[in-house]
Amino acid sequence: MYEHDVIVVGAGGAGLRAAIAAHEAGADTAIVSKLHPVRSHTGAAEGGINAALREGDDWELHAYDTMKGSDYLADAPAAETLAQDAPEETIQLEHWGMPFSREDDGRVSQRPFGGLSFPRTTYAGAETGHHLLHVMYEQVVKRGIQVYDEWYVMNLVTDDAADPNDRECHGVVAYDVQSGNVEGFKANGGVILATGGPGQAFDHTTNAVSCTGDGHAMAYRAGAPLEDMEFIQFHPTSLPSTGVLISEGVRGEGGILYNAKGERFMFEYGYANNSGELASRDVVARAELTEVNEGRGVNDEYVHLDMRHLGEERILDRLENILHLAEDFEGVDGLVEPMPVKPGQHYAMGGIDVDENGQTCINGLYAAGESACVSVHGGNRLGGNALPELIVFGKRAGRHAAGDDLGTAEIETGYGPDVEDETETELPVQPGSAGLDTAGGVAADGSGVATETDGLIERAVEAERTRVDHLMDKDDGVQHAQIRAKLQKAMTDYVNVFRTDEGIRKALRVIRECREEYQDVYVDDPSRTFNTDLQQTYETRNLIDVAETIALGALVRNEFRGAHWRQENQERDDENWLKHTLISWEDGDPNIFYRPVILEGEKTYEPKVRSY
Amino acid sequence: MSTQQEQPQEPESQEAPEDPEMRGTESPQQERLKEKEQGLAQEEAVDESDLEGETVHLKVFRYDPEVEGKQEPRFDDFYVPFEKGMTVLDAVMYARDEFDSSLTFRHSCRQAVCGSDAFFVNGKQQLGCKTQISELKQPVRIEPLPHQEVVKDLVVDMDHFYDQMHAVEPYFQQEELPDGDLEEQRQSRENREKVKMSTRCIWCAACMSSCNIAAGDNEYLGPAAINKAYRFAMDEREDEEIKEHRLRIVEQEHGVWRCQTQFSCTEVCPKDIPLTEHIQELKREAVKKNLKFW
Ligand SMILES: Cc1cc2nc3c(=O)[nH]c(=O)nc-3n(C[C@H](O)[C@H](O)[C@H](O)COP(=O)(O)OP(=O)(O)OC[C@H]3O[C@@H](n4cnc5c(N)ncnc54)[C@H](O)[C@@H]3O)c2cc1C
Ligand code: SF4
Ligand code: FES
Repeated sequence: MYEHDVIVVGAGGAGLRAAIAAHEAGADTAIVSKLHPVRSHTGAAEGGINAALREGDDWELHAYDTMKGSDYLADAPAAETLAQDAPEETIQLEHWGMPFSREDDGRVSQRPFGGLSFPRTTYAGAETGHHLLHVMYEQVVKRGIQVYDEWYVMNLVTDDAADPNDRECHGVVAYDVQSGNVEGFKANGGVILATGGPGQAFDHTTNAVSCTGDGHAMAYRAGAPLEDMEFIQFHPTSLPSTGVLISEGVRGEGGILYNAKGERFMFEYGYANNSGELASRDVVARAELTEVNEGRGVNDEYVHLDMRHLGEERILDRLENILHLAEDFEGVDGLVEPMPVKPGQHYAMGGIDVDENGQTCINGLYAAGESACVSVHGGNRLGGNALPELIVFGKRAGRHAAGDDLGTAEIETGYGPDVEDETETELPVQPGSAGLDTAGGVAADGSGVATETDGLIERAVEAERTRVDHLMDKDDGVQHAQIRAKLQKAMTDYVNVFRTDEGIRKALRVIRECREEYQDVYVDDPSRTFNTDLQQTYETRNLIDVAETIALGALVRNEFRGAHWRQENQERDDENWLKHTLISWEDGDPNIFYRPVILEGEKTYEPKVRSY
Repeated sequence: MSTQQEQPQEPESQEAPEDPEMRGTESPQQERLKEKEQGLAQEEAVDESDLEGETVHLKVFRYDPEVEGKQEPRFDDFYVPFEKGMTVLDAVMYARDEFDSSLTFRHSCRQAVCGSDAFFVNGKQQLGCKTQISELKQPVRIEPLPHQEVVKDLVVDMDHFYDQMHAVEPYFQQEELPDGDLEEQRQSRENREKVKMSTRCIWCAACMSSCNIAAGDNEYLGPAAINKAYRFAMDEREDEEIKEHRLRIVEQEHGVWRCQTQFSCTEVCPKDIPLTEHIQELKREAVKKNLKFW
């Protein structure tokens, strides 16, 4: 068994920042990550980091923009903390050597971004995330923080207090991908989940193959609720074959969207008569899909983004990296032909229910980054607001887990006095795993008698070893890839940018089928060495749990807010829905409840129409 | 074991281009466009329309120390339906998900930023996700990176590469920072531009794998680590003192002087980093600073 004060699961921007902070606060800190840190998906972020650094800008404006962008579903203390701490954290990155783009006077550059009242997006070329990730990994190397890389975390170790609010997290169980050894990791101070987004729940996403919502699912099954999972941001311009993102820059420079008939549909069909291609992400994404659904898509799948008219010179000057992307990943030369694009899953606003110190309702269990929901982004994330979230809340979680006093949190977590149970919506099928054996003959999570910590960890390790043996010894059945493909397709078909009551119900039925099929899953690769088949089989189980919470949230929230659109009620309904959706696992028999959004912090944020 | 014995059918060009200083002055896209125009694309591109509806023939290296029948390295054939835009990574993922779930390789981002999937494709180090099938001759031969221990199938042991990267003190070192609240260090645009290419490295190890010197001298820092040192040594935000310290690290016995300017690293780097040039520049700096050299 390994033992540390603080164990950080994940080594993207959030995990690295958390580890540095915990280490600086004096804790013996280790990172456990299924990928080597520099492989994390933070490296894919292009645009930049929002921070109010300059004269004429201030944190209040940033907080205001964030609340408005969230469609008033972010919690004010979270948005304000983000806006207040982002400047210091961004300058900290500069002090660590981050190669930001510069002005003539040598200061870091900032640029305008959608939904911002001031050009406060600080950037490093078109590779901001790459630099942020590498700079923080460099600081981890400098400090000698221990990294267990290519270790896959399979489960959390908690005691089994009946009420999750009384539970405590003691560590994790992980396996060394290279050797296949399953081991326990004891955390004396706390476990911080920084496992990134769940994009792989959809079959078309800008997220990496590794974005499988492992942290979400582990926290969920351990008893921490998932919050606002229905809020998924779809990006209107991703390449059809891979999901690689084509940035808004193309449309910003004058790129035009055409359907298969060569019509400039944003105008011709009246989707956005004023702003056309530059309308907000969700509007453009829905317009594209409408075109395809009505038979005007190219190859019934996508639309064309054309920039040829901008001329070779301008394209090479401003959009050169787009040419590379289209050529390398789609085999298309943007100078001679239009680029195929379609909406792709991009970002999850929801996540593990935490407060502004990163804490879940389970003592000693933290979450930060895209896997967490503080909530900063509410119904819709502004571009450039995720990276500052990683560093601001990663740091806070790290410090808190290491024992620093950050004051009492204003945001509540878990099932508490303020919540209201969901009672309106009838579910089409039983969600959760009640009555199903999806854990491979291993006792359901959180059962048995609590003993002292080491015993708890050893027992959890044994349970995972049994599960691995079961999956590997089984000679036939279903392979995870089949289940995953079915799940992803259902999510993209029914819980995409268009959501209808009927469609979501279909998705829930398919998810139920996936769960049933998963009972018969087996791992064909007989080797203990670098068994990615085994790892992906674990991930697929997590994806089922996470996809289900997305669909459940989408079903119960019958309104149109932020990125969540519902056919039956295409308006924001502040009277009934200024509240977060929470779903807790309850030993496999999920419970849905609501908590009011906090619109009052140091300032008050009156819901207004979100128009730009 | 290692795949070192697997020689590429066509050896890499060992010659330096006539004028190394001229390289990298054009943007990679311009270079590529020019290549296209002149019909000089590295492989004879297969006409895409020929591939539509066809299958792609892959020959994939297989090895597993534990599994009977795989302990002796072998090549497996996979026939994968072609789709427009298909990359080498897409093809091996298809083969894994549809035919053989034990086919093992690293991958994550699918967009050339995570550096996980450098393979040896038709005799050249390339990122699987950044290589279009339509540009390759068939059968497409996919092997793990040469000169590195193979863990399983296309997965190689990266520890040595990481050790070399860590050996150059790969972190910013500057004690004196501006006092003012929220005050950043100043850096000129020119200086940022100077280090820009060097900061693009994604740690894929293609360069190290292509380097004959690294293959012969296990202690050689290798192009990526030296480039990492360059990234800091040339950054004006660090003090002169630390720059000298950095030069000392790279001009040691297994450092810059080992490089024989064969340009193989520069040729394979998926991020178009002018590695050989950076190494040469560090040599010149070391000489300028009058550091003792080997
Ligand atoms: C293409 C793209 C562009 C973007 N551009 C921007 C932008 O310009 N500005 C902005 O603010 N945001 C942007 N975003 C969003 C932002 O980049 C992400 O939200 C953020 O990087 C997520 O960081 P993270 O640290 O939470 O997770 P990640 O960087 O995804 O890291 C997750 C880590 O968890 C580890 N992990 C996961 N599961 C396990 C497990 N079971 N066991 C062990 N380890 C595990 C992984 O190995 C990895 O290290 C963009 C996102 C994408 C996809
Ligand atoms: S220098 Fe280029 S080839 Fe070498 S590791 Fe970095 S990105 Fe890969
Ligand atoms: S999969 Fe990330 S570089 Fe190819």
